[in-house]
Amino acid sequence: MAKKLIVSLSPHVHSRDSVQKNMYGVCIALIPALLVSLYFFGVGAAVVLAASVISCVFFEWAIARFILRRESLTITDGSAVLTGLLLGFNLPSNLPVWIIVIGALVAIGVGKMTFGGLGCNPFNPALVGRVFLLISFPVQMTTWPLPGQTTAYLDAETGATPLSLMKMAIKNNDASVLQQMPDAIDLLVGQTGGCLGEVSALALLIGLAYMLARKIVTWHIPVSILLTVFVLSGLLHLSNPVYASPVTVLLTGGLMLGACFMATDYVTSPMTPKGQIIYGVCIGFLTVVIRTFGAYPEGMSFAILIMNAFTPLINTYCKPKRFGEVAKK
Amino acid sequence: MNVILIAVGILGAVGLISSVVLYVVSKKFTVVEDERIGRVAEVLPQANCGGCGFPGCSGFAAACVKAADAGSLDGKLCPVGGQAVMEKVAGILGLAVTESTPKVAVVRCNGTCANRPRVVEYDGVRSCRVQLLSGTGETACAFGCLGGGDCVAACQFGALSINAETGLPQVNEDLCTACGACVKTCPRKVIELRPKGPKNRRMVVMCVNRDKGAVANKICKASCIGCGKCVKTCPFEAITLNNNLAYIDPEKCKLCRKCEEACPKGAIHALNFPPRKPKTEAVTAPDSGTASAVKTEV
Amino acid sequence: MKTFKIGGVHPSENKLSATSPIRRSGLPKQAVFSLYQHIGAPAKPVVAKGDTVKVGTVLAEADGFVSVPVHSSVSGRVSKIDAVVDASGYRRPAIFVDVEGDEWEESIDRSDAVVPLAGRPDLTAESIVAKIREAGIVGMGGATFPCHVKLTPPKGTKAECVVINAVECEPYLTADHRLMLEKPEEILIGTSLIMKAVGVDRGYIGIERNKPDAIALLQEKAKAYPHIEIVPLQVKYPQGGEKQLIAAVTGREVPAPPALPIHVGVIVQNVGTTFAIYEAVMKNKPLFERVITVTGKNLQTPSNLLARIGTPMSQLIEECGGLPDDTGKVIGGGPMMGKALQHLDVPVCKGSSGLLLLSERESRRTAPQPCIRCAKCVSACPMGLEPYLLATASSLRKWDVAEENGITSCIECGSCQFTCPSFRPILDNVRMGKTTVMALIRARNTK
Repeated sequence: MAKKLIVSLSPHVHSRDSVQKNMYGVCIALIPALLVSLYFFGVGAAVVLAASVISCVFFEWAIARFILRRESLTITDGSAVLTGLLLGFNLPSNLPVWIIVIGALVAIGVGKMTFGGLGCNPFNPALVGRVFLLISFPVQMTTWPLPGQTTAYLDAETGATPLSLMKMAIKNNDASVLQQMPDAIDLLVGQTGGCLGEVSALALLIGLAYMLARKIVTWHIPVSILLTVFVLSGLLHLSNPVYASPVTVLLTGGLMLGACFMATDYVTSPMTPKGQIIYGVCIGFLTVVIRTFGAYPEGMSFAILIMNAFTPLINTYCKPKRFGEVAKK
Repeated sequence: MNVILIAVGILGAVGLISSVVLYVVSKKFTVVEDERIGRVAEVLPQANCGGCGFPGCSGFAAACVKAADAGSLDGKLCPVGGQAVMEKVAGILGLAVTESTPKVAVVRCNGTCANRPRVVEYDGVRSCRVQLLSGTGETACAFGCLGGGDCVAACQFGALSINAETGLPQVNEDLCTACGACVKTCPRKVIELRPKGPKNRRMVVMCVNRDKGAVANKICKASCIGCGKCVKTCPFEAITLNNNLAYIDPEKCKLCRKCEEACPKGAIHALNFPPRKPKTEAVTAPDSGTASAVKTEV
Repeated sequence: MKTFKIGGVHPSENKLSATSPIRRSGLPKQAVFSLYQHIGAPAKPVVAKGDTVKVGTVLAEADGFVSVPVHSSVSGRVSKIDAVVDASGYRRPAIFVDVEGDEWEESIDRSDAVVPLAGRPDLTAESIVAKIREAGIVGMGGATFPCHVKLTPPKGTKAECVVINAVECEPYLTADHRLMLEKPEEILIGTSLIMKAVGVDRGYIGIERNKPDAIALLQEKAKAYPHIEIVPLQVKYPQGGEKQLIAAVTGREVPAPPALPIHVGVIVQNVGTTFAIYEAVMKNKPLFERVITVTGKNLQTPSNLLARIGTPMSQLIEECGGLPDDTGKVIGGGPMMGKALQHLDVPVCKGSSGLLLLSERESRRTAPQPCIRCAKCVSACPMGLEPYLLATASSLRKWDVAEENGITSCIECGSCQFTCPSFRPILDNVRMGKTTVMALIRARNTK
């Protein structure tokens, strides 16, 4: 008899979309921010990012190969590269390599592989790594080099960031501290201190536009976060000028990076548009609360991790609108 | 001093009120559970397999107690624990146990890769229920085993496994508790619970194909073609022929093995018999486990 | 531009045969008529081995209300009544006719002349439905639901408009497109007949705008039919789904099963069915031939063939240049919802809208990866379901969870699996779950 026919159930065609395409799509969207960070932080940024990406990929490979003893390896799907990039973006550019390696181990080992690898982790691995480092090495993690030192690495000169200035203004109840803040254009471009990937809001927004155009993510999460933060911080600013203006709040710190790239992580965000908006609004709210009233100057990472924990609950209660569903009276 | 008195007073009041509330609640909402249920549940295997037809072991225990109050334990059987456990249960409830025949799962299909040619290649989820939706499966047989392993997934005792060589599930009779989960799962009803039989020996028609003889013959080398030779051969009228398919009634079968010889397609198998003297080389122990591993040469 | 609101995907259209005119396929040597060519009770044979039949002779009659007769598409002798493995993949009873000559029943009007509605003032709603039933017409888009049942609204419902499904959203298929280009007048008369049968004065023909020539032609011709409106629709799969089409054309949403389109006052018929209705009523011609698209990237001449029911698929493939060497999968229907055939001698049925040959490389699925919870299936689902959840619930046999989350609303369009970046077999599992849940519900209701 001739060759056997193949039988399977429909559909018989596929969009040819793949995990790889999505993961590398996000990586491509991060390129503008990457270039900006290389421009402002030079060697330091390059070393930190390289160390982070290489160690994340290495740990993913090693854990899958030797601990989980998996036959097929998943490092080519791009998720480890992405975690590495995002972790690196969330670190100051003068961080020693050994700390980065620990961060990568926690991000991949604890944040991702303990739960079974890609798709199973309840928390964003890069943020798990970053928050672990923030709590374990508070001094190294909160001294940020000033921008423009392209040849310096560990020896880079550090200085106050906009976020710490904002915190100081609130603490001293003195709005004049805010005078030292860089102006909005500098914040937009990235001419400011901070974690290496988060400085340029503009570059991150370009990345977001790319992801939206390629339909890698939907608008629901980033827009709801940014809008919530804008409205809340605007209300605070109106009530008392020691709270920074909403535009400054939006452009400073990890807010843009978090809203565009961390909160939109597929695995840890809700599945339905309604759920995604609730998730985004809650992240925005928590971020403003932590930034304004909390002990840390930055609240984005914590807000996202807290809402990650609520994602299963949101998924359970936020169902998409069914076709033909009659609105309840 | 005053402070101490106030504290003592408040705490005392809280304690008093709480104790009253607790007392009232405990009296009002007591659930009287028959203590026998707990004792019966203790002797059950706690596998919670549902093979008895009740939701878990405690459900079965409650049903047993209820049945005992009505007078007998008829029809109640823990397939996992079997006769031994039922005797204990009867002892607790002060009753005599009814006899029941121990059973075992039998996969009634011998459509191995060698016997039943694959006519198409299936590409999709390896599950019988899914495969069923695409048509007859990889072979042309619309009745036999699909080899998707739904029964293996359903078995909580690890008694089933897919034999890589034959592509069919095989039963480890030592582990099989006859809970019937596989029988319920199999979308083609290939698996049957049959009495274990004397010394574990059984005669089984290893086919469930109800196609006409000519069709069945073409589809599979080991299929029952409904020729009826076994029916004529059987001295005990234990074999019936329905819809082109022979069936051996285990109650009537006396294990004479005449039908096995009579079957032109080798569809009737004698399970767990000692090998026939002159023709066999390797001796297969009757209790070596798997059904398909102890096929005897004819 | 109108379309439905929830979900949807846009597969590559690949309408390879859009420009090839409909041509007649040759007569087969032996025609095989499955008795299961429609949903409902199988037809009951009324011929016996050795009987001589003509084109249009009734071979098997309807058994009950939800059933239709089967007519011979060839003239010759009944050689046997046996079983054949049809498109469902199962062996089913069928009537085999050895072809001799091509002699038609005299009652069939074989002329090409178009009979306008005004030419038959004797027609009433009842007589049209009766004629449709006699002619054995079923939904020809692939669902094969008996047509006369749809045209007999159940008690308590009232049809308000008729929507003709000329969307043809399945990639590759062009049979409906060509039919509209070549028989526009007949289709409009057929639409009028359906409207008359159910007593409504509003009819819509929904066409996706990737068929601009058909839209233009029908709009031109429809000027003479003031009650029929041609509705151009945005290109989106699965717009040809009955519920999606109703939502796109009328804006109404059919509630979850067991509600039917008639509950929102709409009756949907496929454009091929509409043509068959015209032929049955005006030409007295039972349904024994249909247009089928035979296509595939490696096929020499992708074509639209007017094939007699019962012709083996292998013959159609030969007429289009023969089976390509690297064929891996042969699909009856389109690539999104069609069924992979087990062998090439499956006969053409009333519901065969296409025959698609995929190469070995196109046929194989990519190995699934873990779900990354990207929610693309959720946004693609046109029924507003959560396919990822239904698939998981089904594979874990949590039938109650699947039922609560609306698995019975699934229309099996395949958008979820099409879009899944992890190549997960979502629909395989959902379909299995749906079948099981439906069986459980039936068992519960009969208790």
